[in-house]
Amino acid sequence: MARIGVFVCHCGENISRTVDCSAVAGALSKHRGVVHSIDYKYMCSDPGQKMVRDAIERQALTGVVVAACSPRMHEPTFRRATREAGLNAFLCEMANIREHCSWVHENRGEATEKAIDLVRVIVEKVKHNRPLTPVRIPVTRRALVIGGGIAGIQAALDIANGGYEVVLVEKQPSIGGHMAQLSETFPTLDCSQCILTPRMVEVAQHPKITLYTYAEVDEVNGFIGNFKVTIRRKASSVNNAICTGCGACITACPAKKAPDEFNRSLSHRTAIYVPFPQAVPNKPVVDQDYCLKYTSARKKGVPAAAMKVCGKCVDACPIAPRKAVDFTLCDDTFVTEEVGAIIAATGYDLMPLDRFAEYGYGKYRDVIDGLAFERIASASGPTQGEIRRPSDGKVPQTVVFIQCAGSRDKSMGVPYCSKICCMYTAKHAMLYRHKVHDGKAYVFYMDVRTAGKNYDEFWRRAVEEDEAVYLRGRVSRVYKEGDTLVVKGADTLSGEAVEIRADLVVLATAVTAQPGIESLAQKLGVGYDGHKFLSEAHPKLRPVETNTAGVLLAGACQAPKDIPDAVAQASGAASKAQNLFANAELEREPVIARVNATTCAGCWYCLEMCPYGAIERREIKDRQGRTVRFVANVNEGVCQGCGLCAATCRSHSVDLDGFRGDQVYAEIMSL
Amino acid sequence: VRLAYFPGCSLEGTALEYDLSIRAVAPLLGLELVEIEDWNCCGATAAHSLDHKLSLALPARILALAERDGFEAVLAPCAACSHRLIIARHELAENARLRGEICDIIGLPYEGRVAVRNILQVVEELGEDLRAKIQRMFTGLKIASYYGCLLVRPPEVVQFDRSEDPQTMDRIIRRLGGTPVDWAHKTECCGGGFSMSRTDMVLKMTHEVLRNAAAEGAEAIAVACPMCQSNLDMRQAAVNRAFGASIELPVLYITQWIGLALGCTPRNLGLEHHFVKTGAVVDKAFREPPKPAAPSAKPANTTSHGATA
Repeated sequence: MARIGVFVCHCGENISRTVDCSAVAGALSKHRGVVHSIDYKYMCSDPGQKMVRDAIERQALTGVVVAACSPRMHEPTFRRATREAGLNAFLCEMANIREHCSWVHENRGEATEKAIDLVRVIVEKVKHNRPLTPVRIPVTRRALVIGGGIAGIQAALDIANGGYEVVLVEKQPSIGGHMAQLSETFPTLDCSQCILTPRMVEVAQHPKITLYTYAEVDEVNGFIGNFKVTIRRKASSVNNAICTGCGACITACPAKKAPDEFNRSLSHRTAIYVPFPQAVPNKPVVDQDYCLKYTSARKKGVPAAAMKVCGKCVDACPIAPRKAVDFTLCDDTFVTEEVGAIIAATGYDLMPLDRFAEYGYGKYRDVIDGLAFERIASASGPTQGEIRRPSDGKVPQTVVFIQCAGSRDKSMGVPYCSKICCMYTAKHAMLYRHKVHDGKAYVFYMDVRTAGKNYDEFWRRAVEEDEAVYLRGRVSRVYKEGDTLVVKGADTLSGEAVEIRADLVVLATAVTAQPGIESLAQKLGVGYDGHKFLSEAHPKLRPVETNTAGVLLAGACQAPKDIPDAVAQASGAASKAQNLFANAELEREPVIARVNATTCAGCWYCLEMCPYGAIERREIKDRQGRTVRFVANVNEGVCQGCGLCAATCRSHSVDLDGFRGDQVYAEIMSL
Repeated sequence: VRLAYFPGCSLEGTALEYDLSIRAVAPLLGLELVEIEDWNCCGATAAHSLDHKLSLALPARILALAERDGFEAVLAPCAACSHRLIIARHELAENARLRGEICDIIGLPYEGRVAVRNILQVVEELGEDLRAKIQRMFTGLKIASYYGCLLVRPPEVVQFDRSEDPQTMDRIIRRLGGTPVDWAHKTECCGGGFSMSRTDMVLKMTHEVLRNAAAEGAEAIAVACPMCQSNLDMRQAAVNRAFGASIELPVLYITQWIGLALGCTPRNLGLEHHFVKTGAVVDKAFREPPKPAAPSAKPANTTSHGATA
């Protein structure tokens, strides 16, 4: 016979203002199976919890119902108290009479009636509860970091320095990401390469870090603590184990027409290349789209190694007898890594220039984006840091910077602020004026948004000391006349139409999500928003976690971020991963589906329905060891307790612990 | 191809030569044009600023007549007409209640089955067929295609070409053997309907367009809008006077250019109706190329050289 205790909380006045709590306790005391029913001002407080513990012991309760707030916050509190009193924690349940009742109703009489119903329902459920044991799963104390930009580098180093192994995957031939492309960084104007490259080297040399560059995540299986990740290593046609990075192959390569992505296509590179001199690892890769051997082999339909053409890189390679450049390495290879946590640090992209109809659809070579200007201003860039425009190499005397190019523009599908542009545009104007003293820098802006430590001071310096002319308004058109660019815009502060003849126009194009991020998000089981930025579990309180346990976020894959923010979030994600690794085992709520093998017909509806891949086929054998049939079986470690299988099962053979059919029916029947 | 033909008022008046040239080239291109019976004013420039329903009812009646007579598409050569027809079609497709009201007003059923085409779309669809029908190819004459504002805007409604740098007319010019000019003011406003009330403003805007075309090396202009044509052609002398310029750019309708290449006579195409004399440019269009290797098949690259020269 059930002996249920009911504990009605006032939640200060939050509940008692609308619900007559003592009336609820009184009504429930008459309910069948309830042997103890009281109300109290703060049930979650120490005296409140003691009431629960004492009642369990003195009244020999078989179940506890706390009528209070949402279970999200305090279910663990009361379950702990229940366990401490010697009762199985899962025999304690909460009835939500705050969010579901007192907060949303005004009429006291009706609210009290509803509260009584809500508590009765849970009492009926608890009568059917059975003791459950939390599931314990082992943890693989290794992390996978996807993306080798500054966020990924920071996260990898933090975890590795904490003593755990890290696998870092980067799709480009070198780590460094966008930060490696930057000239100088705001607000201190220190050189980006100087602060980044030492960290890149640290990654490469760290004994705890396994680095896969020119590689992508192909497949992710498993769950928190126990992920199995397949990594595709793209064919580089270079044997990294013996290559010394001397660069002789690059000098020899005759295919020099490939656009140099690292320089935002402002220059060309060879088919065998390292993206930049400070690359980590400093080993070349062969670009199969431009290599003469590969392109001619593709036309003939034969393997590249079989082609006689070119091969100058192989001839130039000084390593003998086996050459480091090796065209038999022409197929992607796969490695599998087991990890306990995954950090996505895949970064961002910029809106392409051909989206800007009014600024020439990207056809004017002297209309460039912010990253291209970084390359022009960078000492390692195509102009060795001299400000020269792409079309004719002339030093521009007038440069117009256009902020919010695409950002905060619904018609471009980007209603959000890209966050970094105000600062980098101020920086660009400064760098330009520092290098071209008599040059004129104009900045068109909508608002200047420079919130951050020493940020506002920085842009004021651009205006006051470096004499950048800030014009508040939009640019309606940029067109070419002769070899100058005519910029037509509005200065909304003076109310005048403005026409500026510029030599170079720099668009602060919108920060967008990485193209193709959806497919990675699906592999990781992580959500993304309408702009394809990956979704955090809670925008304020869980900013580095995702709704998939064990998958964490760092950097601009979650939202536009500057370097300090990306680094801070990366360290946050790294510490979350280390929290997980601090325990050898992981405890999880035992809300898990169970299959009744005697009635399971093996239709596999549940298997198709399960979003987590938790359902597997189990053989049923007879006494002779012959396989009789197959039934569904639930992998406890993978099951997330969503209940889809239970709802789908046509023979009612699947039930969910904690939410079994008989429990839910008992709730419904009590109404 | 059988099309309902809606000339509109311009093509019976100031743009007579547009009508003449369309009627001259249509049979040569295999187009059967059937003038819509009892057509009315499209309401352009005035109606939509006075009365919203009137501005929809006028073009809706034209569409309804074409629909009644079983046409699939209406050819509206005037950019203002096609614009009004497209806007009406778009608004009525989005709002069934409004469509019911408009049907009551015009006293005709209208379901929105008829498409609205401009002349550029119709010619573009002929594709390489156009090349096959050419009698005399141009020899690289540099022609600036001027689209004006109405053909391409608002882009989400008219859904025609790129709104800031359209290419359709340029492609047609290239097929005829001309050299399309890559210039900036393809879709700048010519001043349009303010030609009479604010001539000073129109002169300024027209001057900008003409100046840019001339600066980029254009020898002539192609248009597909009666308003553009009249502003650029009729006001050219006044522009020169007002700005001390000496621009001389004949402004021909795209159908006149096509007609010349298809072997029509200038008179058939109404070329004598122009203010800026067209005789010299017609001769120039068929002049012998200055050098034997002069490009006519691949004019794309020469454009930018010409522009910077």
